[in-house]
Amino acid sequence: MWAMAMKELRQMRRDRRTLALMIVQPVVLLVVFGYAASFDVDRVRTVVVGPQAHAVAGQLPERLEVVETRADLGRQDAVEALRDGEAAVGVVTGAAGQQAQVLVDGADLFSARSVVSELRGRPELPDPEVLFNPDLKTSTIMVPGLMGVVLVFVGTIATALGVVRERQSGTLEQLAVMPFRPRDVLLGKLLPYLGVAAVDLAVIVAAGMLLFDVPFVGSPAVFALGALLFLFVTVGAGLLISSVSETQGQAIQLAFLTMLPQILLSGLIFPLQAMAAGVRWIGYLLPLTYFVQLARGVMVKGTPFEALLLPLGMLAVLGLTVLGLSIARFRRDLAPAAPRRHGAAEGAEEAVDAARTRAGAG
Amino acid sequence: MSGPWGVRGLSVRYGGRTALVDVSFEVAPRSVAAVVGGDGAGKTSLLRALAGTVQPTAGTVSRPDDRPIGYVSAGSGVWEDLTADENLDFAGRAYGLGAGRLRSRKAALLERTELAAAHDRLAGQLSGGMRQKLALAMALLHEPELLVLDEPTTGVDPVSRVELWRLVAGAAAGGAAVALATTYLDEAERAATVLVLDQGRALLTGTPDEVLAAVPGRVLEAPARPGGIPAWRRGARWRAWSPDGSPLPGATEVAPDLEDAVVVAQLARELGRAA
Repeated sequence: MWAMAMKELRQMRRDRRTLALMIVQPVVLLVVFGYAASFDVDRVRTVVVGPQAHAVAGQLPERLEVVETRADLGRQDAVEALRDGEAAVGVVTGAAGQQAQVLVDGADLFSARSVVSELRGRPELPDPEVLFNPDLKTSTIMVPGLMGVVLVFVGTIATALGVVRERQSGTLEQLAVMPFRPRDVLLGKLLPYLGVAAVDLAVIVAAGMLLFDVPFVGSPAVFALGALLFLFVTVGAGLLISSVSETQGQAIQLAFLTMLPQILLSGLIFPLQAMAAGVRWIGYLLPLTYFVQLARGVMVKGTPFEALLLPLGMLAVLGLTVLGLSIARFRRDLAPAAPRRHGAAEGAEEAVDAARTRAGAG
Repeated sequence: MSGPWGVRGLSVRYGGRTALVDVSFEVAPRSVAAVVGGDGAGKTSLLRALAGTVQPTAGTVSRPDDRPIGYVSAGSGVWEDLTADENLDFAGRAYGLGAGRLRSRKAALLERTELAAAHDRLAGQLSGGMRQKLALAMALLHEPELLVLDEPTTGVDPVSRVELWRLVAGAAAGGAAVALATTYLDEAERAATVLVLDQGRALLTGTPDEVLAAVPGRVLEAPARPGGIPAWRRGARWRAWSPDGSPLPGATEVAPDLEDAVVVAQLARELGRAA
């Protein structure tokens, strides 16, 4: 038994990546996720509109953090602010003596729940009206986000494994010798995965709508554009992982290492507003954060294209960065030798003369 | 350009490890040039540099630029989850063969490699010898000017080795320059030129006859291990090397073969270092 244990320890010590994952990862995850794991939203972004906006804004509970007060705007403006993600609560004031209306963004589930619970416990305040997800159903906001998780699985893991398999079996070297340009290999390799992921996405959207009654009130074209950009990031991440992995096991380890933070820090499960600032900023660097915003916005709230420029832009930037890095690394595998110069054969003849001379052949 | 192809003053380093130092190697059209050496001698690095999949640290590489080379990597490099047919189709399209030419080349090569009956089997389900023949067929599909084969016969049964050599010789007879790495010295003796590598450096180079003619001293054979002289076992008998050519009681002089030449070269290098 001891001989076996010693052998395992020796192998473990040499597989430094796995060892680091086993020792460092739990500590990092505990610290990071400890600060992230909270459903309690203390401050909810609020817009106050209507004639009494300035008077009412000062009387709101502390939880409602007023980010904009506009006496010249009305209910429709407040609804649009919630739809476009500028605020989670809109307070619409009327004429003097009239009770204000409180609109709550039901797609921002934990903010909405905290506000509804607080307001319903205080009879002097009006009953809130929940928009977009009136029953505050968890599935309505989880399913669009989970689509992103599925796409990360398909895009990142399948791509990483597909490329590492080529390297492990020696066929990547074969491709390097064939008269392909590196970008031909790269695109030819990625397109089928993008195609499968796109089909996957369509199936998941249909399943989400049929099985969980998730609405789809926004533009399918905007959703498709966001999904395409997100797929480029996930597939690019898979390619990047494959370029630093020697084996399929390493690729899977690394893929999970990138997936776990995305699932926990993207706002999919824990609201970003409830996280400590440092951890929240990690979330802002993760592509799933923007896909979750985009999918919930388009599907549940009908957020228009103009209001989604930030998540779309961030996905484009992340996609270009990840794909650029992965292409640079992929090129090293596919075009390691500098282009050969014409006339090099003359050099070879001299080389052979030298070799023959050394062998005594003349 | 039509060759000869090869490398001159080639050095290859991987990080801090040196794989090849100042090695030169030529492969002429219509001939087979063999690179011989034990594990870690630098054979694969040399062929990879020749094929262009490794960036040399120093030296020049010459290979055809008007037509892609044919390459069989160590471990064959066939797609195991594609059938033999599909592997050949992919290689044909990659090399830009038209449908008609691909069909005729594929049929001819499946016939020559005796893989016609297994054309629809997954490459991963083929025997080692059949898989190597498929890899060779893929490399020959576009009739390359330079064929680079990294140990195509290693781990292959003796019958398949003979068949593979028949295919290699056929490619050379058809005009290709064939660079081939092998660990088998009997195979290297069939090549037009031989380069023996040892720890990343050229130990011997030339035609097999030139290499044998250059063996210093005498190679002797004895029924038992002779004392006081470097000796090595060959089958049931012993071979010994007399650096100054002096005879040994009970031993007879024999004509060295390539295996003897390699052993003597290594011994001579060690003697030189000791001196």
